[in-house]
Amino acid sequence: MIAHGAIAQILAGVSRRARVLIGGLAIVMLAAPLVLDRYLLSVLILVCLAAYTGQAWNILLGFAGLLSLGHALYLGLGAYVSAALYVHFGIGPWLGVFPAVAVCIVVAASLGWLAFRFRIEGVYFALLTIAFAEVARVGFDHIGFTGGAGGFFLPVRSEDQGQWWNLRGGPTFFYYLALLLAAAAFVLCAALRRSRVGHRWLAVREDPEAARALGIDINRARMSALVLSAAMTGIAGVFQAFYANNLFPSQIFDISRSIDIILAPIIGGVGTLFGPILGAFVLAPLGEVLISITGAIGLNAPGTKALFFGLFLMAIIAGVPSGLWPRLRELLRLRSASR
Amino acid sequence: MTFSLYLEVLVQGVLTGLVYGLMALGLSVIFGVVRVVNFAHGEFAVLAMYTTFVLFTVLHLDPIVAAIPIAALFFVMGWLLQRFVVQPFIHRPQHDQFILLVGLAIVLVNALLMIFGPDSRHTNLAYSYDSWFVGPIIVDKVRAYAAAAAVVVTAALFAFFRFTLVGTAIRACADNLTGAAVVGLDVKKLYALTFGLGLACAGAAGAIMVALTDVTPMLAPSFTLLAFTIVIIGGLGSMAGALLGGLLIGVAEALASIIVAPSMKSMVSFALLVAVLALRPQGLLGKPAT
Repeated sequence: MIAHGAIAQILAGVSRRARVLIGGLAIVMLAAPLVLDRYLLSVLILVCLAAYTGQAWNILLGFAGLLSLGHALYLGLGAYVSAALYVHFGIGPWLGVFPAVAVCIVVAASLGWLAFRFRIEGVYFALLTIAFAEVARVGFDHIGFTGGAGGFFLPVRSEDQGQWWNLRGGPTFFYYLALLLAAAAFVLCAALRRSRVGHRWLAVREDPEAARALGIDINRARMSALVLSAAMTGIAGVFQAFYANNLFPSQIFDISRSIDIILAPIIGGVGTLFGPILGAFVLAPLGEVLISITGAIGLNAPGTKALFFGLFLMAIIAGVPSGLWPRLRELLRLRSASR
Repeated sequence: MTFSLYLEVLVQGVLTGLVYGLMALGLSVIFGVVRVVNFAHGEFAVLAMYTTFVLFTVLHLDPIVAAIPIAALFFVMGWLLQRFVVQPFIHRPQHDQFILLVGLAIVLVNALLMIFGPDSRHTNLAYSYDSWFVGPIIVDKVRAYAAAAAVVVTAALFAFFRFTLVGTAIRACADNLTGAAVVGLDVKKLYALTFGLGLACAGAAGAIMVALTDVTPMLAPSFTLLAFTIVIIGGLGSMAGALLGGLLIGVAEALASIIVAPSMKSMVSFALLVAVLALRPQGLLGKPAT
């Protein structure tokens, strides 16, 4: 009932046209596994996951105005904590997600404590997030309990297949799970955007001094955005661990992973609700197309895809800094209420 | 025995730290004047390392000699970069500038990865393994030369800012932008000049670094982070702070290599960073925020 109320409240200001579009998208996404093959479904899983993590990251920059370039930290922590609990203690991910999120919250809170206490803002905050992720990357290289630099592997046994309570399943299972995550994140962000705390975040983003003058505790507002964003990203980490079944500190904590997380919302539109989703839809297929094109013309050197993403990022920030979504919204003639 | 070992490592750290300091100086100068954070700083340093590597392989040019033409080349590159890429972003939000340079960093590092591959390249100098005995300790020749070169470039930069008219004008921009514009300084031109100088530092430091370490594209992000860490530890906008930070990090990394483990050395720099942020957020030589 509460969920129903929340959805009704979110839909309250949304135009008819937008409702039809959201509904259409939902139906297409729900029906996708019926028509898509394994490969396309795996691309769609990437889309959903990018939309989800993008939404989580967007809370921080888009709502509260804090740039994090180290979100891989929470992805990795969530992944490692849940995987270690599963492998070493047989605790399944549905239970393991709670300690995983708790660890992310503690780490994010200590980062926030350090940053906000001394008014470390803007670029310094971004640097601090990178530094934390780097410490984790180097640190996990030396933790023998989770395999160190050699990687940590989750057992993949055929008899475990279909154990949904251990997140063991086929692509369709993971697809619906990723879709659920993306949809839940969207609904959550839409609700937050209209909530008291959401308005506080926006006030702090637009003008911290004015927000403080209005009696908003800006450190508390920033801290809540950071912790929520970290917790959500940690859940994506749990998904990642059980989806990929292998974890390497040099991959999951790497700065390139943090960049992957921020690409979708930046391309789609920072601070918008549909931006991360649109960005994910543009980005993941673009990556796949790039791989096949560069492979076909024999340019499949490592780094090709990332190079193009880098150029794309520069082009977007130079040409359409507010992202693609605001443009598309105008094109579709949607009212701004559906932001 | 152990004392001389620690002394040796300490000297090594100081020598490496001087090269670090030069690299960080470039970042500090750009930030101090243009107020833009060059997130691609380490990437440019690694680009310089590869340029040096190619010059060495093809022309047998010594990396420390190569630092001069490379600094000139990177000065031009920095000028162009500021004029055509960064300048349109000067009045944009800080996040946008940052993301632009993150994009540039991704492009640079992956272009290097495509061209040279992920393997590390070693430059084998004739004097790579020579050393001097100074009292009880051994000093690597190559490290001493590298440090000396870094000191020369750094001193030249300090002299430029202190004694030339243009240098003074740039300092004026850093101190009071409106005032600088009011007295008729061409701020755009000075910005481009400063960015050029900053990249020249990164270029020279990169070239010199080839003598000390193997080069791989993966070095780039860690150099960027290293330069940032040094600048924050030393205090933003303080040139002397960047040098002090470089020395501190150099020594801390060298000591960490023998006390903990070589692969853990970056953690020591981050621990230092966190300690400085917690105890003295304005940096060791920075002015307290008002």
